[in-house]
Amino acid sequence: MVTLSCAELSTRELNAALAAMPDGEQARIVEPRGRHNLAVGLTNRIRVSIEGNAGYFIGGLCDGPDVVVDGFVGWSVAENLMSGTVRVRGNASECAGATAHGGTLVIEGDASSRAGISLKGGTVLVAGDVGHMSGFMAQAGVILVGGDAHESLGDSLYEAVVYVGGAIASLGSDARVEDLSSDDVTRVRALVRTAGFDHVDPENVTRVASARELYHFDAVKAHQY
Amino acid sequence: MCGIVGVHLKAPELHGRLGALLAPMLEAMTSRGPDSAGIALYDDDLPEGAFRYSLQPLAAELDWEDLAAGLRDAVGDDVTVQRRGRGAVLVAKGDDGRFLRALERSGASVRLVGHGTSMEIFKDVGAPAAICERYGVRQRVGYQGLGHTRMATESAVTTEHSHPFAAAADLCLVHNGTFSNYATVRRRLTDEGVRFDTDNDSEVAARFIAHQLEQGMDLGDALRMVCKTMDGFFTLLVASRTQFAVVRDASACKPAVLAETDRYVAMASEYHALAGLPGVEDADVFEPMPEEVHVWSR
Repeated sequence: MVTLSCAELSTRELNAALAAMPDGEQARIVEPRGRHNLAVGLTNRIRVSIEGNAGYFIGGLCDGPDVVVDGFVGWSVAENLMSGTVRVRGNASECAGATAHGGTLVIEGDASSRAGISLKGGTVLVAGDVGHMSGFMAQAGVILVGGDAHESLGDSLYEAVVYVGGAIASLGSDARVEDLSSDDVTRVRALVRTAGFDHVDPENVTRVASARELYHFDAVKAHQY
Repeated sequence: MCGIVGVHLKAPELHGRLGALLAPMLEAMTSRGPDSAGIALYDDDLPEGAFRYSLQPLAAELDWEDLAAGLRDAVGDDVTVQRRGRGAVLVAKGDDGRFLRALERSGASVRLVGHGTSMEIFKDVGAPAAICERYGVRQRVGYQGLGHTRMATESAVTTEHSHPFAAAADLCLVHNGTFSNYATVRRRLTDEGVRFDTDNDSEVAARFIAHQLEQGMDLGDALRMVCKTMDGFFTLLVASRTQFAVVRDASACKPAVLAETDRYVAMASEYHALAGLPGVEDADVFEPMPEEVHVWSR
């Protein structure tokens, strides 16, 4: 176990030390005090625990490691995640899991606005609520919200699917509620197990997906342009 | 991009540390705004009926004592000078309208950046750490303060365009973002007799809020009117003699983090600016929701 302190190391030194670790190793990052860009761009299979509140882009661009934050995080946690996991024990600010291609982001608290924006295949699991415009233009992947979703959920969705355990304040353009199939229930059950979300009932979530009406130019509406 | 910070001290025992708490917060926001910075400090140490006038020099050489002596004759009251970095705060008793007219008539090469019974403002170009040093921020006391680090996108890097913008006695604002319809709002305010000092979009928001307050609205309602009337991206931190308020626009794409304890409320663009505050690990830390107005009063 390696211990790295933000009080002693620059962000660049810290990420270089993490990147140089062999697979299977573990690292603690102490005194993060809201530092941005911790544990980014790692391609090794290591475990990183950040012991405190962290800043923007935590675990971003990673392709392999498992990162745990024992605190809250700022904007764009796990942005463009490729594989591996990022788990946040507290709340996350805006754009959690933005453009994630793969891997799993788990937020044990709430996520703010635009969670899972432009998701490209990753999995975003939020125990609590998500802020407005979550799932905006999400292309592929899955978002599970254990609590409530604020305004304009799933605006301009492509092929990503959103499951919500609580209430939905409003749907965004071209998002619609669809029937929950047995495949959905199986999928949500697996996600809930992965995340450890005991409060979410897989048979009692709302499925939100794209109505696909923004996919093609509609000649009938040509006069509007 | 800009950085904003502020702290409203509920516990009187923290008042002696206002500057020591605020300066590191401002310096932490250098990454969001390295080109200029400004601070507003609020203290209630003046005797009843006295005002402070925060002035910046427009000429390289300025005899502040000479200016004060001239104003003393014009207003018939004592005027004292407190030097602050490149500028000064003049303290005078009596009617502020009379003082401001006398200042204008004096033709002195100074710009008034704010006035009030409690508030003083200074702003300057350069790195936030250098500005904190130049104006002795760490030694300052008071009950609330706010600051701004600027990365200019809409107008020039000058002291004139730096925040905070004061728009009435003891009222000032710092802004992160851009307003898109500010010219329209300014035209409407100008028609109603409001005067502007700069072409800056943030000044329009400050004057708009002052105008609402003048018409009898409270600060919370004035900020709700900002959301209805002003189009653009904004996180605003607004302070008056007794209040400290935060609001974000409907899309909430400019950041804001608040930390509240029994002893203070603090606000910053990014959490790391708050990380050094006493007891912040046990504070209630949250982000204001879109168009949600938060107001604290003393």
